[in-house]
Amino acid sequence: MHPNPITEAPSSTFDVLRAREDFPAIHQEVHGKPLVYLDSAATSLKPRAVIDAVVEVYAKDCANIHRAVHLLSQRATFRYEEARKKVQAFLNAEKKSEIIFTRGTTEAINLVAQSFGESALREGDEVLVTELEHHSNIVPWQMLCQRTGAKLVVVPMTDRGEVLRESFEEKLSDRTKIVALTHVSNALGTVLPVPELIALAHERGAVVLLDGAQAVSHVEVDVRALDCDFYAFSGHKLYGPTGIGVLYGKERLLEGMPPYQGGGDMIRSVTFEETIYNDLPYKFEAGTPNIAGAIGLGAAVDYYCSFDRESVHAHESQVLRYATDALESLPGVRLIGTAPGKVATLSFLMDAAHPHDIGTIVDAEGVAIRTGHHCAQPVMEHFGIAATARASLGMYNTTDDIDALVRALEKVRELFG
Amino acid sequence: MDLRELYQEVILDHGKNPRNHRFPEPYNREGRGYNPLCGDKITLRLQLEGDTITDIGFIGEGCAISQASCSTMTEALKGKTLAEAEEMFGKFHKMLTVDDDSEPDLDALGKLAVFAGVREFPMRVKCATLGWHTLNQALRNERGEATTE
Repeated sequence: MHPNPITEAPSSTFDVLRAREDFPAIHQEVHGKPLVYLDSAATSLKPRAVIDAVVEVYAKDCANIHRAVHLLSQRATFRYEEARKKVQAFLNAEKKSEIIFTRGTTEAINLVAQSFGESALREGDEVLVTELEHHSNIVPWQMLCQRTGAKLVVVPMTDRGEVLRESFEEKLSDRTKIVALTHVSNALGTVLPVPELIALAHERGAVVLLDGAQAVSHVEVDVRALDCDFYAFSGHKLYGPTGIGVLYGKERLLEGMPPYQGGGDMIRSVTFEETIYNDLPYKFEAGTPNIAGAIGLGAAVDYYCSFDRESVHAHESQVLRYATDALESLPGVRLIGTAPGKVATLSFLMDAAHPHDIGTIVDAEGVAIRTGHHCAQPVMEHFGIAATARASLGMYNTTDDIDALVRALEKVRELFG
Repeated sequence: MDLRELYQEVILDHGKNPRNHRFPEPYNREGRGYNPLCGDKITLRLQLEGDTITDIGFIGEGCAISQASCSTMTEALKGKTLAEAEEMFGKFHKMLTVDDDSEPDLDALGKLAVFAGVREFPMRVKCATLGWHTLNQALRNERGEATTE
C-alpha cells in the first residue's frame, strides 16, 4: 500500500518498481511473453486501490444515491460526493458544484457543445479548434455548427506537431465565441501553450474548453491558474475506471446553461405543467450516475496524488527521452510529432512495415502498442499518412519496456526485411 | 503464436510487390473499399465481358495482409466467371471466419490458402477480406464505399 497522502508527504523520488507492484494487470504473460504495456494513451492500467474501491461499492455500499434514508444509500452518497471533492481539489476548482460527473471526456464536450453552445452561438459566429484535436473535440462542434449556422475554424499545426501562438492569433477573431483546445495531443503528445492561448481567447471574449483527456496524468492541471472556462477529462486515462469522466465549468457559466439531459436527480420538482431544475452540479447529472465509477475515480485521484507528481512526470520524461533516442537510432524508423516538451507519446512509422503489421508482430512479443489513426484523422492527413504506430507511457513504464519494444521492432525488420 | 503462420512468404512477397497494382483499361466496374479501423483504402477496377472477368487491378494502400489479399485475389480472378468468383469468396471467407477445424479447400483456393493463418488473428480478418468486400461491391455496381465494419 502507498502512504496515505494526508498522513505522510509524498516522497520526492518516484520508485517505479514499487509502483509497478500496485498494478495487477502488468504482471501477466501474453503469448507466452511478459506483458509490456505501452498503450496508456488509450487507457491506463488500474492500481489495486482503484479496483478495490470499485469492488467495495458493489460488495458493501451497493445503493442508489441522493435517494433513500437507509444506511447503505447514505454511505454510497457520501462516498460519491467525497469523490467529487477529490476531483475538485485535484483540479483546484473553486467549488465542488463546478465538478460534473459524465461518462467521459466525449460526453463532457458534448454537454458543453449542446447546452452552452446552442444558447451562445448565432449564425456567423465561429468555433475555433486546432488541427491536433481528437475526433471527440471536432465532431460535437461540427454538429453544433450545422445546427446553429456557426463556422468551424481550424488552427493549423507545424510539421513538428506544434500549435504556434501566431497561427492561433491569426485565426482568432471577434466572431470567435468558443475555443476548444486539446491540452495534450493524443496522437503526438504535444503540450499546447494553453495559458497564453486562453488569455488571447479571453481578450476576444471567447469561452475556452480544454480537452484534458491526455493531460491529467502527465502535466499539472490547475483550472484556476489556467483560467479555462471548461475542462474535460476521462477517469480511465488517469488510472481510474472506464465510463466515468469529469466536466469542470466555471459556476457562472454552468448556472446560465440549460440542462443537457432530462430525468431523475436533475430536478427539484416536477409537475406536468412545469419542472424546476436542481442546483449545480445535479442539474447536469440526470439519472442514476456511474456511482462505482465516480468512487473509483476518487480512489484513482488519491492514488495518483499519493506520489509527488513532479517526480512521476520527471520519470516519464526520462523514459520518453530514452525511447526517443532508441527509436531515432533504429534505421528505417521515423518519428511523427517532435514538438519540444512533448509528453508520454511516441508516434512512429517504419519503412519496412505498415503500422498494422507492426502492431501484430510486436504483440506476439508481448508488447502492446496502438496502431491506426488514433481518432485524429486530420493529424494523419497533415503528414499524408493513414496511420501510425504509437507507444505511450504510464507512470509504471521503465526503460526495460522500451528495450523490449526495440527488440520487438527488430523482429519486424527481420520478418519484413 | 507463430507469426510465420500469419506472415507466410507468399503474403510477404505479395504485400511488398502487389500484382495487378494498376487500373485495367478499359474497365466497366469499380469498387472502393475502406477499413475505418486502420485507414486502409483501395480502389478496385475490373472489366467484365459477358460473365467473365477479363481484367482486374487495384490501387491502394494498406498493411501487408490487405495488400497481399488484393494482389492474390486479382491473380486468382482473372478469367473467372462471376459464379466462380462468388464461390471462391465463399470458401475464402469460410476459411477465415468459421472455426471448425476443417481443412481449407486447397483445390478451389489454390494460393489463397496461405491466408488460413489469419483466422488465428481475429483483429486482422478484416484486413484480409477488404479486397473481397470491395469486389462484391464492384460487381453489384453499388454506389458508395465497401467498408469492413
